[in-house]
Amino acid sequence: MHANVHVIGDAAGQANFKALHDPFWVRWSLVGVAVGFIVLFLCVPLGLVLYQAFSKGWQAYWTALAQPDAIAAMQLTLVVALITVPLNTVFGVAAAWAITRFEFWGKSLLTTLIDLPFSVSPVISGLIFVLMFGAQGWFGQWFSAHDIKVIFAVPGIVLATIFITFPFVARELIPLMQEMGSEEEEAALSLGASGWKTFFLVTLPNIKWALLYGVLLCNARAMGEFGAVSVVSGHIRGVTNTLPLHVEVSYNDYDVIGAFSSASILAGLAIVTLVLKSFLEWKQARV
Amino acid sequence: MSILLNNISKNFGKFAALYDVSLEIPEGELVALLGPSGCGKTTLLRIIAGLETPDFGRVLLSGEDKTEQHVSRRGIGFVFQHYALFRHMTVFDNIAFGLRVKPRKERPTEAFISKKVHALLELVQLDWLADRFPDQLSGGQRQRIALARALAVEPSVLLLDEPFGALDASVRKDLRQWLRNLHQELHVTSIFVTHDQEEAMEVASQVVVLNQGRIEQQGAPADIYDHPANAFVSKFIGQTNIFDLSETESNWLQRAGILAEKPQGIFAHVRPHHIDIVKAEEASGSPVTLKDWQHLGATIRVELFNPQHNGAGATLFAEMPNERFRELNLTKGDRVAVHIKQAHWFN
Repeated sequence: MHANVHVIGDAAGQANFKALHDPFWVRWSLVGVAVGFIVLFLCVPLGLVLYQAFSKGWQAYWTALAQPDAIAAMQLTLVVALITVPLNTVFGVAAAWAITRFEFWGKSLLTTLIDLPFSVSPVISGLIFVLMFGAQGWFGQWFSAHDIKVIFAVPGIVLATIFITFPFVARELIPLMQEMGSEEEEAALSLGASGWKTFFLVTLPNIKWALLYGVLLCNARAMGEFGAVSVVSGHIRGVTNTLPLHVEVSYNDYDVIGAFSSASILAGLAIVTLVLKSFLEWKQARV
Repeated sequence: MSILLNNISKNFGKFAALYDVSLEIPEGELVALLGPSGCGKTTLLRIIAGLETPDFGRVLLSGEDKTEQHVSRRGIGFVFQHYALFRHMTVFDNIAFGLRVKPRKERPTEAFISKKVHALLELVQLDWLADRFPDQLSGGQRQRIALARALAVEPSVLLLDEPFGALDASVRKDLRQWLRNLHQELHVTSIFVTHDQEEAMEVASQVVVLNQGRIEQQGAPADIYDHPANAFVSKFIGQTNIFDLSETESNWLQRAGILAEKPQGIFAHVRPHHIDIVKAEEASGSPVTLKDWQHLGATIRVELFNPQHNGAGATLFAEMPNERFRELNLTKGDRVAVHIKQAHWFN
């Protein structure tokens, strides 16, 4: 009797397993396709970048990175990110606040416009700035009369990067702030807190992880942007080349070590971003 | 602090949430704003708080015009339906918030704040929860903490937006009683919004009935129940049976006793407990059949079917004490006679 029950239980267990799981070959071929894809399109290229960068040894790698042009490119990339990211953080918070807390005419238009940089090709975005501020552009005459260079200079690169990266922070915050509602803020106000105190003591702690996440993505894009910056920069070595542009210029000059050593810096940045991103996602999920 | 509202109107787009509402609330009252959802009661509460601005009209607190004043300066306490506790702060920090954000000159010392917070926690009987976070509390506990937080700044008016709406039935019953007692202790002018007439009657000293952005009636709970100003109030406050004189046979009504006096309107509203039933053979009343009954605790609700009436008025509800129903010794399908003791007339 006892043995009987046991056998039935076992058979039932197996039936359950079959009912709830796909066959062995389906599961493993799907996993295989996914893993194969990642290896082929992510791991191999990343490995190749590092292999090429170090193909002539550490010495050559450091020498390539220590070139004045490479250092200038890194400095410019940092400067652009340092200007762009804080500005877009402020803009993103302000836009998310306006959209989720106020009713105003044109609100849905603003919501759509925030996504515009994602839907426009970066090259077009760059061209817009050339058309506006270039020598033949709308404001070009006025700027050249006042001896201000925008296109083929740092201001143009900053403008193009701001345009490309402004959706990131706002897009992270809008859904979160919509879901949270404004009751906590109203409660703070009713308790006598000023608008600023309400923002810093109530709103900011609630959105901080999403905000950091948005800032991180914004920063990654600001440092890695190629298309729009390429159009407005003019590729002047040591002056208007950001790191991605420096990679291209070096590669076109058959300076393989130079190109790949700079590329390895960008790849490293991507990996750091990825790690921070998963940390922030984990943090957000816990809040 | 007394509250005076003068001709308040508020539109959301084309929707008129409030239309020319005037209301006076004397100091120390516990007032219920009662009405169906969408009647404008929450909007009115938010206008008093300053969380919403009226399109027209003035808000006067203690005789001072506060219409243009920001919510943070009105000295009101607001309790939200979904508590709105600061989720990243402990219970202690939540309650201390209102004291800590005061301008430096008025801000009390931390020692004073700590004493005050613990006194408030004792008042709401949750002193042992000071170090918890809001998501570790039950709904009833959260609502009491929200109340303690609002009381910390010693508001001159306490406004509660559906304070028990998100709680389950038994917790709600306890909290109603508790709120009443608290009000008797503190005597701060309080207004709460509810769509539950039972809750309004049980807790409030004054009930304001709203419908479609207008005030239908204001008065003590007993007044409103016994003397409803119009058909809406009569229907909204408790159950009623409605007889339409144009559709009901006058002979039937005559025998039910409803036409003993001259009718004062077209519709007669009759409360279930104003309908008495007797066995058909000893009857002088109007005949109906007994369809079903339900136990409501101390009383029995009897469902009666009026065969001479087709349409919505065909089912009548009567209520009586359990003993009375037992004495009648009735079963389903029995013919009984109805006797109506009292009716409210409306046009």
